[in-house]
Amino acid sequence: MATLSLRNVKKSYGDTAVIHGIDLEVAAGEFIVIVGPSGCGKSTLLRMVAGLETITAGELFIGADRVNDREPMDRNIAMVFQNYALYPHMSVAQNMGYALKIAGRPKAEIAARVAEAARLLQIDPYLDRKPRDLSGGQRQRVAMGRAIVRDPAVFLFDEPLSNLDAKLRVQMRLEIKALQRKLGVTALYVTHDQVEAMTLADRMVVMNAGRAEQVGTPLEVYERPATLFAAQFIGSPAMNLVDAVAEAGAVRLADGTRLPIASAAEGPVTLGLRPEHVHPDPAGPLAVRPTLAEPLGASTLIHGTLDGVARDFVASLPGVHREADLPETLRFSVPAGAIHLFDAATGRRI
Amino acid sequence: MSGMVEKRGIGHWLTHAGLILGVAFVFFPIWLAFVASTVTQADIVRPPMPLLPGPHLVDNYREALVSGVNVPVARMMLNSLVMALGIALGKIVISLLSAFAIVYFRFPFRRAFFWLIFITLMLPVEVRIVPTYEVIAGFGMLNSYSGLILPLVASATATFLFRQFFMTVPDELAEAARVDGAGPMRFFLDILVPMSRTNMAALFVILFIYGWNQYLWPLLITTDPGMNTIVMGLRQMFPSGDDLANWPVIMATSILAMLPPVVVVVAMQKLFIRGLVDSEK
Repeated sequence: MATLSLRNVKKSYGDTAVIHGIDLEVAAGEFIVIVGPSGCGKSTLLRMVAGLETITAGELFIGADRVNDREPMDRNIAMVFQNYALYPHMSVAQNMGYALKIAGRPKAEIAARVAEAARLLQIDPYLDRKPRDLSGGQRQRVAMGRAIVRDPAVFLFDEPLSNLDAKLRVQMRLEIKALQRKLGVTALYVTHDQVEAMTLADRMVVMNAGRAEQVGTPLEVYERPATLFAAQFIGSPAMNLVDAVAEAGAVRLADGTRLPIASAAEGPVTLGLRPEHVHPDPAGPLAVRPTLAEPLGASTLIHGTLDGVARDFVASLPGVHREADLPETLRFSVPAGAIHLFDAATGRRI
Repeated sequence: MSGMVEKRGIGHWLTHAGLILGVAFVFFPIWLAFVASTVTQADIVRPPMPLLPGPHLVDNYREALVSGVNVPVARMMLNSLVMALGIALGKIVISLLSAFAIVYFRFPFRRAFFWLIFITLMLPVEVRIVPTYEVIAGFGMLNSYSGLILPLVASATATFLFRQFFMTVPDELAEAARVDGAGPMRFFLDILVPMSRTNMAALFVILFIYGWNQYLWPLLITTDPGMNTIVMGLRQMFPSGDDLANWPVIMATSILAMLPPVVVVVAMQKLFIRGLVDSEK
């Protein structure tokens, strides 16, 4: 268990900068999820922490040690790869014990530690099998076992669940969380899946185009997104964004609808409304023409249009609503706390 | 229903008849050689040629192995074995190492080196035989095992084959090994080499036969009969001028020369086919 700090860490390939200075302080035992779309630089950042990519500028500390120029093996980290990267010709036990074997540990100790990790992950029946004889979920466990056996200061996960089917992914997600809590090891976890980020993270880093848009607990990011990007990326279905003008304690939409706001902002803004935060209300100010209903069972997603707004508007209503039963116009009220305002020019939260 | 089975039965037998005919066609000369190695010189020269084995098998083979014509065949077989093994194993080791360097390391002129190796494909022994002879003679390696093996030991084909295989090994495996603390040579020995074993087996079979069948190069650099290899030595047994050919012994030698490649192919058949058909990943 150790702290991890990134101080203005940058990466460029030749003249192309891909990471534009990331600052992050990770407490011992904390579970940090780095989330972002593909190509945002999240995997590169993780690989820089692992020592698989060089750090162009900035400093990286694990515990009290500056590890910028250390080889991966000297950083006391363990990594779980997206494709597991198990050695195909070695048995499960050999895969898990390989790092210890290289470190020159006695055979008895290796066997004991492998057995302990295997018991923890419930893979003890497969220790003599080859990776090709295992299912995806079992391989995933072996890859985690290989990381656990080393008893590292930091766990690094590079999209470890993306090759599993949906059901198994949910189950392994829970297991990873439980395991990390039990072992209390600092973890850095990269994913493009916002649900994984929300459920696993103690704190998450929302990344976009090589920058950290927001660092915070999942609920902070959900309730007070710092930028338009974070607002759209976290939450499903994504937040509705409507162009509006702020004036004298209210925002005016394109069709003239006025919504009261608590802020004193003036000028063009982007109004953010989460689909699950608008309430059906015959007297509400928002008038939506429904075009499509997607029943999810527990709730229904109503897609529609707002007058004068080009983008689709989505509302999530509890219970079942049949498309045929929907009126021509649905009216919604918006609680004051559900309104997010962003500067139309910079995309920053107001 | 039964008619269909019968029809397929006829096709089945026809196919087999065709195959048996083909095998007989290929096998007949070998059979004749075998028959000739079991009879006496007199039986061979008196027509018609015998088609069934005679009683002198043990005598002829003993004569070939122990005394031969110029030099005992046992000695020539040992020379051939050393040469074929040296070439096959040497080629595999060198190709593995050079493919490892080309795929996993970034060094100046990496591409240039790769193409340099690749271009040597166009220069088989026969093309460079005079300068190679000059070099080997200069090193004093005529009539020696190193002279027989070294000029043939570099292989662009094998290097290329291993390069292609290494390129299909996922990068994540090399990274996992780095995180686990394996240095480059450790990764090579613990992970790449075991993963290449089917490729190595397939290559070994091909290269062993290549080395065993070398004719021109041993002919050129071995003047001492004690260093003859069996394939060239066989040719040396043919009489020159008015000497009489000892055909039973020559035929026994032919059969003996065929055995080691056959043994290698049969013994490694399973691995060989697996190495050519699928690579284990």
